[in-house]
Amino acid sequence: MTSVLIATVLVMAVSTVFAALLLMAERLLVRYGQCRIDVNDHSKTLEVEGGGNLLMTLKEEGIFLPSACGGRGTCAYCKVKIASGGGPVGPTEESLLTAAEIADDVRIACQCKVRNDLAIVIPEALLSAREYRGKVERIRDLTDDIKELRIALLDPQTIEFVPGQYIQLEAPAYGDNPEPVFRAYSISSPPDDHGHVELIIRLVPGGICTTWVFEHLKEGDEVRLTGPYGEFHPSETQREMVWIAGGSGMAPFWSIVRHMKQHNIARKTTYFFGSVRKADVFFLDELSALAKELPWFEFVPALSGDDGDWSGERGLITDVVARRVSDGADVEAYLCGSPGMIDAAIKILHDKGIGDDRIFYDKFA
Amino acid sequence: MTFLAQSVTSIEAGPAIGLLTILVSAALTENILLTRFLGLCPFLAISRNLKSAFGMGLAVIVVTTCTVWLNSLLYQHVLKPAEAYGVPAESLKLILFIVVIAAFVQLLEMVIERISLKLYFALGIFLPLITVNCAILGAALFMVNKGFTGLDALMYGFGCGLGWFVAIVLMAGIRWKLRKARVPAALEGPGIALIVAGIMAMAFVIFTGMIKT
Repeated sequence: MTSVLIATVLVMAVSTVFAALLLMAERLLVRYGQCRIDVNDHSKTLEVEGGGNLLMTLKEEGIFLPSACGGRGTCAYCKVKIASGGGPVGPTEESLLTAAEIADDVRIACQCKVRNDLAIVIPEALLSAREYRGKVERIRDLTDDIKELRIALLDPQTIEFVPGQYIQLEAPAYGDNPEPVFRAYSISSPPDDHGHVELIIRLVPGGICTTWVFEHLKEGDEVRLTGPYGEFHPSETQREMVWIAGGSGMAPFWSIVRHMKQHNIARKTTYFFGSVRKADVFFLDELSALAKELPWFEFVPALSGDDGDWSGERGLITDVVARRVSDGADVEAYLCGSPGMIDAAIKILHDKGIGDDRIFYDKFA
Repeated sequence: MTFLAQSVTSIEAGPAIGLLTILVSAALTENILLTRFLGLCPFLAISRNLKSAFGMGLAVIVVTTCTVWLNSLLYQHVLKPAEAYGVPAESLKLILFIVVIAAFVQLLEMVIERISLKLYFALGIFLPLITVNCAILGAALFMVNKGFTGLDALMYGFGCGLGWFVAIVLMAGIRWKLRKARVPAALEGPGIALIVAGIMAMAFVIFTGMIKT
């Protein structure tokens, strides 16, 4: 009996000694105290608690850098220039930065710890990204695995964005998901509808945010989002455009085409939309009607599966593009969809003589 | 090498030679990775590039040396004396060794991050991986089995770490060369790495018997 007691006390004593040592070390070593972050050459100065990563620290101060992966160091969207105080570039950043970026002090914000005073440079456009509170006004099924979310903005009540840009939706902690995560979704509503944001979300099996949207989110619920972000929008030129999308990649184009109609931007556009089954195609009637009404707009939906009743194009969307686009000499291409589709499409577009400087895409991996 | 072997086996009187024997046998003939296949996961995962392999190897040397020594102190001065009171030292050592390793690794990470960011990025980021490296715990348990104490234990820990370091750096070099080799598709990645590790292990096993410990 005593031996059991002694053994227990022994294990507890050793564990306590080490726990105390660790706590002491944390007190003495991990405290970074107050740090000052200078934004854009003294245009703003932030007083923050050191020790956190730069992405989250800035978020708490109301500066929302884009981040599709939610701070896991994979998407490289949260690039920021740290003019001074950044310290050495870490191994987790090296693979995400080009040599030119490293020479220019560009860093991955989510992988940089705030250890001391910093001076950072952020594009002005990003400073306009804000955090919004909204209410889910409507959820409707577009297909069996794609939903459309219509969110009425509560605070602030309006948003300004360029069609094609995206926002980040926050999925709160729920079920097995212990902490809030952010995921990027393109805005599918036109920007003239200032008080609302619509998103097209496809269920990713096992996905934290999409599972939340499909299984937990209800009409009337409050949600948080940040944005707008992104450089994906039609260029300033008058070149003919080819749009290629699949599944929820519909979103930015659904916003852009309605914006172009409202503002009489008559730029020749062909929209290729690929699906597997007929049941996967959505907005077919709406887009066909637009194509009839607008002389500059053509809509080409295609099925890769073998559903019987279908009068449109057949085959992989990339094959359809290869067939229908004859000369790419003066064409710009805009892509939105799975990484696999985008890579395949880029190959076809290169064959058609469309160079990388005229291919634009958002890859949400 | 023959000369070294002779000098090691023939003269076992002086303490310095004893330590050398322990070091050579731990690092080479009883290489913890290649003859016992401990610490295999980080060995396969981190050996893709020489720079990371070097950092990981160094981190393992530091951690193994320190934790084997700490654990030997704990075993000799806490667990052994407690045996007199009926405490099962042999069973408790497993739990306590893990506690020591986990705590030490965390402590070391904090200290390194504070002292030098350069060192932290070169070595420190591998430390969380090391907590679950079974070679470290293996070295501590073998140290008890072999009855090493004090300086011998310190040297044994260093030897084990050194052996792991040598193996992963060699492996990284070979895998770097392998990138230009035409490996059958089915064997790419871990497949060919395990075959290479097996051949390396045979080369190390050749030393067995050269040193009797």
